[in-house]
Amino acid sequence: MISMNRYTLAILVRNQFGVLNRVTSMFRRRRFNINCLTVSETEDTAYSRITVLFEGDDNHKRQLVSQLYKLPDVVSVREFEREETVSSELLLIKMANVHDDREEILDAANAFDAQIMDYSRESIVMQMTGESRRIDDFIELMRDFEILEICRTGVVSLERGSSVMRNVTKL
Amino acid sequence: MVLKGADILVRSLIDQGCEVVFGYPGGSVIDIYDSLYRYQDEITHILTSHEQHAAHAADGYARATGKVGVCIATSGPGCTNLVTGIATAFLDSVPLVAITGNVATANIGTDGFQEIDITGITLPITKHNYFVSDISELADVVREAFEIASSDRPGPVLVDIAKDVQVDRYDYQRRNPVVPDPREAAGDEGLAQAATIINNAKRPFIYVGGGALASEATKEVIALSEAIDAPIGNSLMATSLIPSDTPRFLGLEGMHGHYSSTMAIKEADCIIALGARFNDRSTGDRTKFARKAKVVRIDIDESELSKTVSGKVDLHGDVKLTLQRLYPLIKPQERPDWAARIAELKEFEAENADVREGMTPKNVMLAVNEHLEPEMTVTTDVGQHQMWAAQYLRFARPRTFLTSGGLGTMGFGMGAAIGAHFGTNKRSVLVIGDGGFAMCLNDLATAVTNKVPLTVILLNNSVLGMVRQWQRLFYEERFSNTTLDKRVTDYVALAKAFGAGAQRVTTTDELGPALEEAFASDTPYLVECVIDKDELVMPMLPPGGTLDDIIVRLGD
Repeated sequence: MISMNRYTLAILVRNQFGVLNRVTSMFRRRRFNINCLTVSETEDTAYSRITVLFEGDDNHKRQLVSQLYKLPDVVSVREFEREETVSSELLLIKMANVHDDREEILDAANAFDAQIMDYSRESIVMQMTGESRRIDDFIELMRDFEILEICRTGVVSLERGSSVMRNVTKL
Repeated sequence: MVLKGADILVRSLIDQGCEVVFGYPGGSVIDIYDSLYRYQDEITHILTSHEQHAAHAADGYARATGKVGVCIATSGPGCTNLVTGIATAFLDSVPLVAITGNVATANIGTDGFQEIDITGITLPITKHNYFVSDISELADVVREAFEIASSDRPGPVLVDIAKDVQVDRYDYQRRNPVVPDPREAAGDEGLAQAATIINNAKRPFIYVGGGALASEATKEVIALSEAIDAPIGNSLMATSLIPSDTPRFLGLEGMHGHYSSTMAIKEADCIIALGARFNDRSTGDRTKFARKAKVVRIDIDESELSKTVSGKVDLHGDVKLTLQRLYPLIKPQERPDWAARIAELKEFEAENADVREGMTPKNVMLAVNEHLEPEMTVTTDVGQHQMWAAQYLRFARPRTFLTSGGLGTMGFGMGAAIGAHFGTNKRSVLVIGDGGFAMCLNDLATAVTNKVPLTVILLNNSVLGMVRQWQRLFYEERFSNTTLDKRVTDYVALAKAFGAGAQRVTTTDELGPALEEAFASDTPYLVECVIDKDELVMPMLPPGGTLDDIIVRLGD
């Protein structure tokens, strides 16, 4: 029985030329199916942090983590359990500004705490931050209307409490 | 002291204990070669005929000694020629450091003359690689490269150095050789469970792979086999780990393995896999492999434990050290029923053995055995001769059988044989087919120039035998592009043209004296053994088949 799960992994890497290439090259070669990947510098410029969302079974996850640890630039890998994690991503969505739809769009935006970033005769651009599932829900609602463009950053995650990744060397 | 970048590189190599490097000069490494000239009393450079052979020679040096092998090539075609050699080392976990020069930092990315993105090209076939554009990092990068290449599961590391870095000057401080992180035994978790499974097993089988060889676990494996009365089978990569005359040793397992070894792993209720990665050539159809057996695995590379065959107990650690921890928990016992079954399997194997007379591949190998001495290194190329050598040659010491197991690189054998000699200072014996020989014969020049005591056993069947075997068995004898008999190459004249001795042998009567002369020669000597084009490697597991589908003889 293979049960597919969604995993969130945070990967602390040495902030060096080509390190993202090394990590993604390994994903490509080993055929890991990545849903989402974000990367940025951290509080210490010597390190970058990669957040990866992927789907697979437990064996896939073990394999991914141990393959990651074989890369000398990888400092630590951490799996984030949903309940112990603060996760967020940002959505930008551009809707057609049509008279009949306008009121419903703005009501939904209000309910989801989406902000209006740009308003013109033809379009409305909104920004929303939050957990991926809330963003999915909001997009789903917007599908009743005319979506012109969508752009999302991908998820970033931090563990609740005081633990920090650079002090963890092994999962 | 302040040194040129190229001098810093060569001094760093010397300070890492590197005594010999293999390579080929060129525009982007001319400063490195200038430094090699300067330090020639402390480090020897062996010029090969082609960069690929330099990589294979560094690989052969590393396999034969366990030390890090080093090769050097210039930018562009020089370093792309290394790629097959680096990939060969990667697939077989060989500690290798490849040094390449590149164009000056200012010209990187502009497609300058002989510029190529070699770090990009080698990303998936190295443990790690570096592009050095800052001279202050050079010495540390070389040290780290040696450390990574030889730590944990060994593998190749590439260091690409921009031309300006080789020319610039910087302070160099001598440091002692990097000692790789000590390998560790597996922790307590699973150890007791592993012992329980082994102690309760009725039919345990010890399956050794390349990791057991890298860990130098010969003594520990034999001790375990004796304690639990279990047979030992090896993957191709572990050939020579267990001396051929060891009781309970069944030899090669898998696609072309010994019948008794392949059947024993099939019938085992417990497989103790030591540094073996269950490659498809060992298991046949993986989904049907050893479904009833409990698998206890020890591997230094955690990712191997979950990659293919799932183990009942996975112990993450060095094979030798983990076996030492496991041993006290093992209950010594005899297993007469299992031993009797193994005896039956061996009897069946003996009854079905190839007993033909004449110039059969087996008879050639048995004749070679008469001359093999424990300290000699055998290297092979890839194909039928590789399997015959693995099946029939006898070994007394680890690291004396070097073969491209993972990548299956034709053209590997010659460079590896030359490299092994520079590591051991002993005779190298190259067993090779006529197909593979055509891929690396140009390095006979290197062997002759350096007076390498090299015995070449050329099995000439005038075909690309392994592919022909598949065409015969699975492609209704459509022998597409595998017949070489229109080639009129005179191998004896060719060897002599390079300055090597040579003889052609067509009968077993000629074989003994020819081998006598070849093994007595202090310089390269080729014995061309003419064999029939339809010789087959048997037994054989058909591709995609299971261990049940083993073909012992054609017609069965």
